[in-house]
Amino acid sequence: MAKKESTIVNMVMTLLIITGVASVALAFVYNATKGPIAEAKQAKLEEAIGNVLPEFDKLSEEKKITPADGNDELSFYDAYKGETYVGTAIKTFTDKGFSGRIWIMVGFAPDGSIVNTAVLEHKETPGLGDKMDVAKGTFPLQFKEKNPASFKLSVTKDGGDVQAITAATISSRAFCDATRRAYDNFMNEKNGGTE
Amino acid sequence: MNQLKNFTKGFIKENPVFVLLLGLCPVLGVTTSAINGLGMGLATTFVLVMSNLVVSLVKSLIPPKVRIPSFIVIIASFVTIVDLAMNAYVPALHAQLGIFIPLIVVNCLVLGRAEAFASKNSLGSSIVDGLGMGLGFAFALTLLGALREILGSLSIFGFQIAKGDGMLVFVLAPGAFLGLAYLIALMQRINKN
Repeated sequence: MAKKESTIVNMVMTLLIITGVASVALAFVYNATKGPIAEAKQAKLEEAIGNVLPEFDKLSEEKKITPADGNDELSFYDAYKGETYVGTAIKTFTDKGFSGRIWIMVGFAPDGSIVNTAVLEHKETPGLGDKMDVAKGTFPLQFKEKNPASFKLSVTKDGGDVQAITAATISSRAFCDATRRAYDNFMNEKNGGTE
Repeated sequence: MNQLKNFTKGFIKENPVFVLLLGLCPVLGVTTSAINGLGMGLATTFVLVMSNLVVSLVKSLIPPKVRIPSFIVIIASFVTIVDLAMNAYVPALHAQLGIFIPLIVVNCLVLGRAEAFASKNSLGSSIVDGLGMGLGFAFALTLLGALREILGSLSIFGFQIAKGDGMLVFVLAPGAFLGLAYLIALMQRINKN
């Protein structure tokens, strides 16, 4: 078949048709994957909340709070078993990571002690900083059932009580930073807070 | 051209990474573990096969002067499809590969095959070429990923094979260059014989 000539009409028409077809195809795929993407995100969030809190059967609506020292929102999820308040899961973040923002879920018991932590999203170096994920290392276990009132949330190098990950002090500091931000805002909220 | 030869050339003789040295940005960036390399390789393979297929189909309808923008739009569409699909069905891997998935658009391997092969050859040959090149790319990424994972974290596909800390440098960026250099040297040696 002979090549089409590069006249202006041919060129414009070709590009128009190609971009048009591409847009339709993408719109279709976007619609088809929108549900599963939201579901996967929601499932991950719920799994994390389940991991960081004691047993509960009801979760309050998400409550967003902008911390004084951050540029993004923390999300609070209050958990109830029956009518009893059993704790709050807080989705917190830090920008002090080795490569980009880290999102962590921290669960607090009503007295302010940490129930557990879970990493939601991070871009830390595989094999080093990613040991903050409980699937890869034991680092996060030391936060379990600690009360930040007596357990200082910074690495031992900075005078805190947290044993940093070997060769990943920056990631460890970032983890502490995120946890501390959650704790401060949790206590602030508990003592009247801003709302 | 012989289809089998057309297919296998992507693995050894014209391996996109080890011989053609195309698309090295994702090669260096994502190969911190074997599974990342494999995931990235397969995503690229899909884009490569689909773009080769479409380009080969529409090659006679596209005026030569606008062929590059046309190819880019076609490739970008397939990359977006892969991005959305991976986000929906393998969110963990998608989170790991991050920015490198959308960056398949600018992988010169994909545009290179569309321009150099698919726009001049029949539909069948183009699909086979895309498949061969893509799997060769996946093979190279998995190999480099496995090498870095074994030396750097003492594990393979996430399974720990030895106790202790690996050689840190292989997990970090310099390890990618070192590992790639040794693999290229090895490939040159094999190709010479």
